[in-house]
Amino acid sequence: MKEIYLDNNATTKVDEAVFEEMRPYFCELYGNPSSMHFFGGQVQGKVVEARNRVANLLGASPEEIIFTACGTESDNAAIRSALEVFPERRHVITSRVEHPAVLTQCRNLTHKGYRVTEIGVDGEGRLNMDEYKAAVDNNTAIVSLMWANNETGVIFPIEEAAAIAKAKGALFHTDAVQAVGKIPINMATSAVDLLSISGHKLHAPKGIGVLYVRRGTPFRPFLVGGHQEKSRRAGTENTAAIIALGKACELAATHMEIENTQVKAMRDRLQDALIASIPHARINGGLAERLPNTLSIAFEFVEGESILMLLSELGICASSGSACTSGSLEPSHVLRAMGVPFTCAHGSVRFSLSRYTTNAEIDSVIREMPPIIERLRQMSPFGREFLKGKA
Amino acid sequence: MWDYTPIVKDHFLNPRNVGDIPDADAVGEVGSLACGDALKLYLKLDENKDKIVDAKFQTFGCASAIASSSALTEMLKGKTLDEALAISNKEIADFLGGLPEEKMHCSVMGQEALEMAIAKYRGVELPAQSHDHDHGPAFPDQEGEIVCKCYGITDVFLKKVIETNRLSTPEQVTHFTKAGGGCGGCIPKIKELIAEVMGVRPEEPRKRPEKLSNMKKMQLIQEVLERDIRPLLWADGGDLELIDIDGSRVQVAFRKACAGCASSGNTARMVEIKLRDLVAEDIVVEEVAA
Repeated sequence: MKEIYLDNNATTKVDEAVFEEMRPYFCELYGNPSSMHFFGGQVQGKVVEARNRVANLLGASPEEIIFTACGTESDNAAIRSALEVFPERRHVITSRVEHPAVLTQCRNLTHKGYRVTEIGVDGEGRLNMDEYKAAVDNNTAIVSLMWANNETGVIFPIEEAAAIAKAKGALFHTDAVQAVGKIPINMATSAVDLLSISGHKLHAPKGIGVLYVRRGTPFRPFLVGGHQEKSRRAGTENTAAIIALGKACELAATHMEIENTQVKAMRDRLQDALIASIPHARINGGLAERLPNTLSIAFEFVEGESILMLLSELGICASSGSACTSGSLEPSHVLRAMGVPFTCAHGSVRFSLSRYTTNAEIDSVIREMPPIIERLRQMSPFGREFLKGKA
Repeated sequence: MWDYTPIVKDHFLNPRNVGDIPDADAVGEVGSLACGDALKLYLKLDENKDKIVDAKFQTFGCASAIASSSALTEMLKGKTLDEALAISNKEIADFLGGLPEEKMHCSVMGQEALEMAIAKYRGVELPAQSHDHDHGPAFPDQEGEIVCKCYGITDVFLKKVIETNRLSTPEQVTHFTKAGGGCGGCIPKIKELIAEVMGVRPEEPRKRPEKLSNMKKMQLIQEVLERDIRPLLWADGGDLELIDIDGSRVQVAFRKACAGCASSGNTARMVEIKLRDLVAEDIVVEEVAA
C-alpha cells in the first residue's frame, strides 16, 4: 500500500539530497572533527559549512548556532540556562498550549519554588496579549512562547511578545520547531534571545536540533564535559546529522515560497472541501493566522482514533488530538485551552502537509473522508440521533 | 501506534451487530460525549424471557471501544441472562486476544452496559456504575460511595474491577476504569482500595509519639518541616527556614513568596497545627523577621 503521508508536523521525509549529503560521513569520512589530523579536519570543514547554512536560514551569525540532539533538548537547555544566569529572578512565563518539551519543564519548576504563569489563548488559539503584558515583571527570568503551534498551526506574535519581555529585562525563548522553513524568520532584526529548531521537522533526519543563542546573551550549558560547540554543548558532534541539517536548511530557504503557495493552496482546498462535504465539522484555529501546511479539523459525534484507524487502512497518515490516541483520558491540552467543546475535541484530526504532498493525494482524502465520518456516525449513539434529526 | 490484535482490528473494521432493536427487552446505556466513549446496548430475549436471542450496539469511541462492543454482542447470543451476567470485562478482553492495558476501560464499559441492561429489565437495584462525566452519579441510589468525582466512580465498582483483574497499582486502576485519570485527587483512596482488596496493608497513619526527649523532639520538628510543610509552601512559590527551637517554641522565617505575604499569619498557624499533630501538643510557632 502506498502511503499518503499527511503527518508532517510529527516528522518529515528526509530529502534525498540531504541524505546524499550525509551519506559519506558514516563509513568513509567518519573522523572526529576535534582531531588534530587531516582526517578529522576535513569533517570539521563540513561542520563549519553546515553551521553557516543554518545561520543563513535564520539570518544569524554562525557562532550563534549550537547543535543539539533534538528540539526538546534545545527547549530544556534554553530554560535551564536562563534560570541559572538569573538566580534572583523566580518567575517564568509560558503559554497553556506549548509543546510538552516546554510545558512539562515549566510545571516541574513550580515544585522548585518558581512562580510559573501560563498565558491563555482565545477560542481560535491566539495568545491573550493583555494577560501576557500584565504577567511580565522585573522578577521574570524567561518567557518561553512557541512561534507556531504543532497541533493547530496557529502563529503567535513572537516579535511583539519578545519586545515586551526585553523591556523588563527577561530573556525570551521561542520553540520555533514548527515555524522554521515555513515562515520567514530573521534573527538579524529580531528581539528573540533563544530559539529552538528540530531537524526532522524540515526534511533532515531525527536526532539533530539547534539552539540559537543571540550573541551577548548569557548562557550556561546543559551538557558539560567537553569543549565542543565552544563548551556550550559538550559531547562529540553528530557530524552526519549536522551536515544533513545544514543541507536541509539551505533547501528550506529555497522552498519556503512553495510552502506558502502550493502547499498552502492544497491545505486550503482540503479544508474547504471537507467543510463543504461533512456537516458538523469545524476548523480549530481557522480564524487565526496559521502555518500554511496545517489543518486541524473537528468532527462532532465521532472519536478521533477511530477516524485515524480507518484512514490508516486506506494508507492515509494523519494525527489526532483525541484522548484515546495518547492513552490519556483527556483530549489535547491545546484544544482544551482553546475551549473547544469536548464533543469536538475527541473527534479532532490534524492533517499536516509538506512540499512532497500532491494534489492527487489531497483528492484521495477529500474522497475518502466523508464516508468514514458517515460510517462512524452511523455507529455512534450520538451520531445516529443527529442523523435522525437531519432526515 | 497501539498494538491491537488481529481480532481487535477485525471487530473494529467489520463490527458485528451494529444498530438497534426497536422492540428490545433490555437496553443499557453508559458513557457520554464528554467522556470520549459511550455505548448503548440492546438485548432481545426468547419467548420464555430467559435466553438472549439477539444483541445490538451503538458505540462512540476508539477502535478498542467499538471492538469490545462488537465482541460482547457476539458473546451474548444464546446465553441466559444469568450466564450473561457472569461475563467479566476480562473475558471480553480475552475474546479479543487481549487489549493494551491503557484500553482495558473499553472492556469494562461493555460489562457495565450489560449489567445495566439486565438490571433495568429485571427492575432490580442497578449495579455500581462508573461512566457519567456530565451528570455526576448516574444513579443517586447506587451502591457505594463515589471515590473518583471526575468520572463518578464508586468504591464498590472499583473493588470489583481490582479483584477481577488482580490490579496492583493506581495507574492500572486508571487504565481499567478511568478513576484517578482526571484531577488525581482520589489516588490515595484508590491505593487504600487496592490494599484492602489485595490484602496489603497501607502505611500506618502517623501519630504523635507519647513521649519525646528534647533531642528527639528537635529531630522530629525538623523532619516534619522538611517532609510535610516545605513541599506545600514550594507549591505556592514560597518557603520557610527554621531559625531556632527552644523547648516547645519553634521560630521560623518565611522566604520567597511567603515573605511579606499578607496571609503568612495563617501559614504560621498551619505550621503550628501540623507540628502539634505530629510532634507535641504544646508547640508554639513564632514568625521571626530574620
